[in-house]
Amino acid sequence: MKLFESLTIAIRSLLANKLRSALTMLGVIIGVGAVITLMSVGRGAQAAITSTFEKMGTNLLYVMSTSSEEGGMMAIQYGSTTPNLTLEDARALERIDSVTAVASVNENYVEVTAGGESKAAIIHGATPEYQQVYNYSIASGEFFSNRDIASRNTVVVLGSKVAEDLFGDEDPVGQRVKIKGKRFDVIGVMAPKGGAMMGVSLDDIVVTPITTFQARLFTQQTTRGEDAVQTIALQVASADAIDNVKGEIETILRKRHGIAADEKNDFAIISMEQMLGMFQQVLGIFTLVLGAIASISLLVGSIGIMNIMLVSVTERTREIGIRKAVGAKRRDILVQFLLEAAVLSLLGGGIGILGGWMLSLLISLINIGGIALHSVVSLDIVVLAVTVSVFIGLASGVYPAMRAARLNPIDALRYG
Amino acid sequence: MIKLENISKVYRMGEVEVYALKGVSLTINQGEMVSIIGASGSGKSTLLHIIGCLDRPTSGRYLLDGVDVSQLSDDKLAEMRNKKFGFVFQDFNLLSRATALANVELPLIYGGGGDKHQKATEALERVGLGGRARHKPTELSGGEQQRVAIARALVNSPPLILADEPTGNLDSASTKEIISIFRQLNEDGITVVIVTHEADIAAQTQHVIRLRDGEIVIQ
Repeated sequence: MKLFESLTIAIRSLLANKLRSALTMLGVIIGVGAVITLMSVGRGAQAAITSTFEKMGTNLLYVMSTSSEEGGMMAIQYGSTTPNLTLEDARALERIDSVTAVASVNENYVEVTAGGESKAAIIHGATPEYQQVYNYSIASGEFFSNRDIASRNTVVVLGSKVAEDLFGDEDPVGQRVKIKGKRFDVIGVMAPKGGAMMGVSLDDIVVTPITTFQARLFTQQTTRGEDAVQTIALQVASADAIDNVKGEIETILRKRHGIAADEKNDFAIISMEQMLGMFQQVLGIFTLVLGAIASISLLVGSIGIMNIMLVSVTERTREIGIRKAVGAKRRDILVQFLLEAAVLSLLGGGIGILGGWMLSLLISLINIGGIALHSVVSLDIVVLAVTVSVFIGLASGVYPAMRAARLNPIDALRYG
Repeated sequence: MIKLENISKVYRMGEVEVYALKGVSLTINQGEMVSIIGASGSGKSTLLHIIGCLDRPTSGRYLLDGVDVSQLSDDKLAEMRNKKFGFVFQDFNLLSRATALANVELPLIYGGGGDKHQKATEALERVGLGGRARHKPTELSGGEQQRVAIARALVNSPPLILADEPTGNLDSASTKEIISIFRQLNEDGITVVIVTHEADIAAQTQHVIRLRDGEIVIQ
């Protein structure tokens, strides 16, 4: 018997039970669709994070305060430790070889108002090197200088989104904004960067001289009574130098902070790569878990196919008997039922892929806080889903098909 | 062409062995029209199934055209059923979802060769159902359904047609039609074996095999 004829028979018997076939396929459709959608969204999130980190500049090291009791990453995550870094520390770190720029940054959230408009934004108190280290370019006006730092001038540079939301098409340079009831002159606007960090756009930002930030906006002092710096960001000449630079930072800061040899650091040094790796790892696990959950529905779908095929074999025992009586061999019956299972799973898989794809595109359209989550449907996910659906189709078809093929013709004819 | 030598068929029912056939020997020659008669439970259907390679004997030798078929594999038996035999059953055994034509084409799907549509149409015309090719079994009368089954049995031009109580579910008018079709086929040179319990059908055959309790009584 030719394959085409077997296929015709398989499709005919599936069509004879349209609702049942459709419901059986639905199991596979949902399974495959879920795998594709969830994996794509996971991949999209990973891609978004990576591109954001790249936009923020690579080859970066961050030095942050930690309490010496806790130390390490955990302390940073929980925050709330007394800051113990200063501008003097930052200046000392500038002397390290292969460090091309050092920026001190303090961060907080503020309400920025101009005219009738008001906007929540992140404010960074920073040194002029901020622009280089964080890879921002100026669209209009200029960035503040060391003179502004020295005289604590009330000037700000706006991120592109803040500028747009407050001033629309107007050029904000030369205008004034109010932050915490104080007036600031807008001296520059940064070019849009795109991307986001922790759900906050990198363009939803206002930058002011760090000395102004410390003196007029958010005053915070170290235990020794100096103005505190939250983060020192260092740009390193090349990725190869990062480990060396880390070592030197540690030596310099331990000496400056007077930390005894048996005491832990009161700061942590984190590289951009480390942070990226951490996020990637978390998202990778997240994606895998999503995929695993979706796979369960795929498994349930395949059990559905097996179940229906078993019912079908029992129901059609007499048909099998008739076919055998007129000359069908074991192989003919086996192929017929295997093909039915394969058609169910392939068709279900195909529709599932299309559905998953469309759902992924739909999710890409949804903006969460102005950030689009671009889900990535990649070929390997599709290939995986197709392979799995064909495999489950055959696997769940084999047992019922073998049962059908093994039936004794006369017993099958007498059935029912 | 058919030679059974000491054929027995034993069914096991738990501890008990039930003999459906006890040492049956018989010969059926080409071109004969044979009836197998006997009370229900006498083993006549079992005998027909063994002759038709639908079932295997427990012991004994069955020579079909000189070949011992009791030694053949399942697939070889399937081939025999396809090429050598046409079956007609009491309850027709048609595929209910398929048209008359598709039902008649069925043996050709597994046998291959030739224009299926052409052959099946010819077979339907031969039993007088040329106009009913597109009907499904449920749309046909009992007599018509049995004629579709006969068309299916002869579509592959087998030398033998085996019928198991072919008129058991039919009224007397249809019975007459069916039997006359069998007689016509026999006149065309096909060997016909009919299992029946109706004496007047048996009377129309040249050769009557009477079974009682799995043994041949008169031959």
